[in-house]
Amino acid sequence: MFKHFVSLQWKSFFRSSSFGKGLAVRILMIFLAIYMLVSLVGLGSGLYFILEEVFPGVDPMLKVSEYVIYWILIELFFRYFMQKLPVMDVKPLLMLPVKKSSITHYILGRSSVSFYNILSLFLFVPFVIVLLIKGYPALNVLVWLFSLICIILVINYLNFIINKSDKVLIALGILIVGLYGLERFGIFPVTEYSGKLFYALYQNPALALVPLLTVIGLYYVNYKFLRNRIFLDASLKKKTKEAITSDLAWTKRFGSIAPFLQLDMKLIWRNKRTKMQFFISMAMIFYGLIFYSLDTYGSTSTIYLFVGIFMTGMFLSNFGQFIPAWDSEYYSMMMAQNIPLRSYLESKAGLISVSVVFMFLLSIPYVYFGWQALAINFACAIYNLGVNIPVILYFGSFNKKRIDLTKSAMGNMQGTSATQFLVLLPLMVVPSIIYFVLKTFVSFEVALLTLGTLGVIGFAFRKQLLDKITDAYRKKKYAMIAGFKEKNS
Amino acid sequence: MITTQNLTKKYGSQIVLNIEHLEIPKGQSFGLVGNNGAGKTTFFSLLLDLIQPTTGHIVNNEVQVDKSEAWKPFTSSFIDETFLIGYLTPEEYFYFIGELRNQNKADVNALLSNFQDFFHGEILGQKKYLRDLSKGNQKKAGIVASFIGNPEVVILDEPFANLDPTTQIRLKGIIKDLAAKQGVTVLVSSHDLIHVTEVCERIVVLNKGEIVRDIETSTETLRELESFFAG
Repeated sequence: MFKHFVSLQWKSFFRSSSFGKGLAVRILMIFLAIYMLVSLVGLGSGLYFILEEVFPGVDPMLKVSEYVIYWILIELFFRYFMQKLPVMDVKPLLMLPVKKSSITHYILGRSSVSFYNILSLFLFVPFVIVLLIKGYPALNVLVWLFSLICIILVINYLNFIINKSDKVLIALGILIVGLYGLERFGIFPVTEYSGKLFYALYQNPALALVPLLTVIGLYYVNYKFLRNRIFLDASLKKKTKEAITSDLAWTKRFGSIAPFLQLDMKLIWRNKRTKMQFFISMAMIFYGLIFYSLDTYGSTSTIYLFVGIFMTGMFLSNFGQFIPAWDSEYYSMMMAQNIPLRSYLESKAGLISVSVVFMFLLSIPYVYFGWQALAINFACAIYNLGVNIPVILYFGSFNKKRIDLTKSAMGNMQGTSATQFLVLLPLMVVPSIIYFVLKTFVSFEVALLTLGTLGVIGFAFRKQLLDKITDAYRKKKYAMIAGFKEKNS
Repeated sequence: MITTQNLTKKYGSQIVLNIEHLEIPKGQSFGLVGNNGAGKTTFFSLLLDLIQPTTGHIVNNEVQVDKSEAWKPFTSSFIDETFLIGYLTPEEYFYFIGELRNQNKADVNALLSNFQDFFHGEILGQKKYLRDLSKGNQKKAGIVASFIGNPEVVILDEPFANLDPTTQIRLKGIIKDLAAKQGVTVLVSSHDLIHVTEVCERIVVLNKGEIVRDIETSTETLRELESFFAG
């Protein structure tokens, strides 16, 4: 039985749609994964020496033990978002002659080898190897590693138990901030006690029984809970949210594009991935703080132009680059319905324009860093409105990859192809170059005026530009319909 | 109303549809039957300009569908669930389609009130998004949406599949009504020979992309079709 489960798992991994992605995306993801693992391994092997240097005279092992408590809490916090028990996968097994207890063991067992669990090992194993080389007692160190593995599993199984309520998440957040506060203001030395506690695991190998028994206990609790709920109407049921409707009547004043505007706003608000992107775009308004608070650039550096384009245009590039793939699930309906392609695109342009203006308004406080900051952001907003909106819509006509709106937002690369990387070039690099050249050889004011003028020209010719873009979409129509139908692209 | 001329569709070297000539007059209820892969959905997709013909063309009410978009205002369709917008509630979806077809909320509500029976209390006012409805209920919503805005041509691909018996019977009544009383040209495809013979005045049998039978429905039709498909 176990053998069958393993082979199922194997197939589901290697036949998953993420393996069938375009070459460029795959290479990028592999590259990112390798980068992450290498950094973890690097940190793991360097950790001993870093701690030795920063805290001379203190056993690095003790220092690591001191922060274990924070690691546990923070990892629990993040896992709350990232990791869910994959109960839905066992639906096909229900009516096969497999015992429900083995199904339960299968779900719980396979979660123990999940990516999240292995990730921390990339940090701890090199650290332990360094310890061994440094002559720490092998038995103690290895048992300590074993305890850590148990703790990772404790996090793993604890997460499934607390995953059911938001309250625990809030409590966790408060706990992390609270502990840090107690420590920071010298009220209670959290790390000292944590250090003693987890250092004891190293000093006294017999104590490894504690985390081991905790894992077994938590596994049992999970098992008990899940075993009685493997029914279609219990834990295997898809959760449906109650629909909250609003007629968004105020959009009526936008005339013929109003129905599409409403549709787009519902699209953004009612789907995880789009909602996430919306929040990210909002948060990007703080991006400038990183650069403006450093005084090293001088008030008219090209970096600020880049920042300005980015801040006022984050929604533009985030949302715009996947037009019309957002509508891919029902694109054939859109094409068969009585929809003039032109109004469809106009409404997208309208929505993005609103976002650019809104982001510019939010960026006004940057005037604190000097009037140049305001001027740069204003020029960037105009440039985004006039030039970048038509550019991103035009590049959208190359999109042929489906996006499933119901899929989660985290690390979701669906719909990504080379287009998404290519479009960044005209969007961000071109205005930066124009600005840099003019600012260096003429003046700051002329550089901004030129960008602004380009934006105004683009705005003046929007009608003509949209006509051209509509033509481009019309030509690509059949390829888009076919591409959006392919589920595993 | 709909004229098909020398229409072929090839994928690679495989011919999936080859119709030399097919004329569907206004107000006819037209049924398309055939096994899987016979080309039913391909024909409908060509009619809706969702795929490009390899040769030939379809003219819908004097508009060549792959040349102009002018057929869209009087043609409506429901092919499959991909015609629904999952994150809207059924009401929002109906109003959206209504707006596209120049019908205000009152018009749409008036139309929907005729379908209370058909919906059986499971579509309207449920506070559910379309993506959370069952397959059968999704289909009901899609079919009714295709009646919004007084279309002259209605195209329904496999409308009876996934529906419960009561709804099937009601749908048959609705389709007959559309063609007979309102002069709407209704194109229906189905695997269910009984339904199709009951609803359609004319039945065309597709086999491997070619028209093999073109029958005016009579009492004999069902037997004729059954003997054909029995091979």
